[in-house]
Amino acid sequence: MHPSDPAPAPPEALPERRSFLRWLTYGLSAVAAVVMGVPFIGYLLGTWKKPVEWVRLGPLSRFPREETRTVVFDNPIRRAWDGVTARTGVHVRYQGKDSQQKDQFLVLAINCAHLGCPVSWFPQSGLFMCPCHGGVYYATGERASGPPPRGLFHCVWRVRDGELEIQAPHYPTLQDTLTESDNPTRRTS
Amino acid sequence: MKRSLYTLGHWFDKRLGFRDSLLPMLTHPIPRAAAGPMGWWYIFGSASLTLLVIQILTGIGLSFVYVPSADKAYDSLLDLNYSQPLGWFLRALHYYAGSGMVVMVLAHMTQVFLHGAYKYPRELTWVVGVVLLLCTLGMFFTGQVLRWDPDAYWGLAVAGSMAGRVPWLGPDVVRLVLGGPVIGGDSLSRFFALHVFIIPGALLFFLAIHLWLVIKCGVSAPPVPGQVVDPQTYDEAYHRELKSGVPFLGDALLKDIVCSAVAVIAVVVIAAVVGPKGPTGPPDPTLGGANPRPEWPFLWLFALLSLSPPEAETFIILVFPVLLIAVVFLVPFLSNRGERASSRRPVAVLAVVVAYAVLGVLTYQGATSPWSPQMTAWSSDPVPENLVRNSTPLQLQGAVVFQNKNCRNCHALEGVGGRRGPDLTMVGTRLTRDQLIDQVSNGTPGGGNMPAYGKQISPAEMTALAEFLTNMRPQGMPAAKPASARHDEKEYP
Repeated sequence: MHPSDPAPAPPEALPERRSFLRWLTYGLSAVAAVVMGVPFIGYLLGTWKKPVEWVRLGPLSRFPREETRTVVFDNPIRRAWDGVTARTGVHVRYQGKDSQQKDQFLVLAINCAHLGCPVSWFPQSGLFMCPCHGGVYYATGERASGPPPRGLFHCVWRVRDGELEIQAPHYPTLQDTLTESDNPTRRTS
Repeated sequence: MKRSLYTLGHWFDKRLGFRDSLLPMLTHPIPRAAAGPMGWWYIFGSASLTLLVIQILTGIGLSFVYVPSADKAYDSLLDLNYSQPLGWFLRALHYYAGSGMVVMVLAHMTQVFLHGAYKYPRELTWVVGVVLLLCTLGMFFTGQVLRWDPDAYWGLAVAGSMAGRVPWLGPDVVRLVLGGPVIGGDSLSRFFALHVFIIPGALLFFLAIHLWLVIKCGVSAPPVPGQVVDPQTYDEAYHRELKSGVPFLGDALLKDIVCSAVAVIAVVVIAAVVGPKGPTGPPDPTLGGANPRPEWPFLWLFALLSLSPPEAETFIILVFPVLLIAVVFLVPFLSNRGERASSRRPVAVLAVVVAYAVLGVLTYQGATSPWSPQMTAWSSDPVPENLVRNSTPLQLQGAVVFQNKNCRNCHALEGVGGRRGPDLTMVGTRLTRDQLIDQVSNGTPGGGNMPAYGKQISPAEMTALAEFLTNMRPQGMPAAKPASARHDEKEYP
């Protein structure tokens, strides 16, 4: 401020009513921002979920013992407009009956545990190979070599009326696998 | 006529007031030297802007036909390519003008860096410019997803898996990226919103600030060695220099116009000659043979990730880009004073040379991606005939085992086949029979890149394979000898 300027008049105390109304205005705006903002942010961060659905993969006779079959199906976890992107696949291996005469299956997700590329089954060498960075897995889904930090993701399966069914798989990632017991840290969705 | 036009213009300006506000801004003086021959260094920013205008125009044009729906996007792209008149051209132009924009933004940034134009008082201009670079790259990344083909689908898969590595929040970030529990329509809509509304909105907002700063802080004079920037004296000296300046809107812009025109003609010609990029095929995830690779501006990061050991991956995915961006943001705060001429800033020049050399080499590696196995090599690439011409039946059997056990997917013979592992054309000169059997049976020690084939191969097959591989050496080359035998052999030290 220039020294020759007259000193400004001391600020007058605002009348109580004016000051109250000003705070009321701030408060009202804050309420408007919150009632608008909270649901909007909630919408942006929210993603849809579907209850557990089972997919039929076919009669048990379709799966010879100790052989791996790749089954392709339309994922029921989908939007009506997903088109061919809703198609997905799993690798199924029938492991025979356990001690209680129950059929045992191994159902492996198609996505590599490294970065999600689709692994292919090579029956000649008995290995799954990933085309992206050379991840390799044994028939059991165990990691054989390459960059994957773990084996292939296991799907939840059951046998109903002579047919193999699996729980429709979401996109599996390291902390959000397809089975509860498989999850290293937190939870399944 | 002229008079009535003048009256009309006057009527508008009385209300708009452009003559008193906008006009002085556009005709503000810039240093005379910047309009001289040195002005050719200043052309990249305006060229980026010109290409951005092309992107906006072609983008709006494409939206007339493109359908951002997972079941229809691919068909609408095909219709653009083959049915819609000039749709192919608009798609091609949108891609190549976008590529050109990245090139021009990088050139602009490099010029500003080499000329020290980011120093006082233009630090904020640099920071906002980096935001604009990030927006441009964001447009490139999201645009690739809209080209709804297998690369887009598996690119999303890779992005989802990367997001899944975020500590604790991983599953939530995955859902936020993909838009739902699976890759599909929600993912496409999400990237469409990013590409068409969110990032362009941010880009235009920051562009306005960037241009405002250019006008507010003034165009920097070409650097003169010995003329150092000192925040105490810079403003005064700059304003003294402007006394002999030339108007911004005037002849100084001619070079920019030349560059922009050349850039437009170049991208139009490239688009017309090369044509639209993709889509490579329907986005059906069950078709197999996926080998997604990012668009060219990201190939270097893709290569860096792929060439690093698995333990470093999470760092390179989640931390490294943040650090890199932070360093670029901080450039003007590390040194906003001192010499501007690149002839007096060897470290800055070295940094540019090293940065572009590294980016270039990694981009080349990313484009060729030798780390990806070739999933069809075992059945599609025969063993070269000259390698088995004089083979014994056992060796021939070994060659069959080699192909049949999919070794070829990762191991080339005479350069043909996968290159994930070493080429085995001369493996007989490097490894003995015992070493080969050990390597094949147990794989890379410690669970490296080669799987253990011990249980995947029968003893008879192993015998044949070892026989085939130990004889894989050019005529006259001795076989590898065990290390224990080696010190008697004076001729092979």
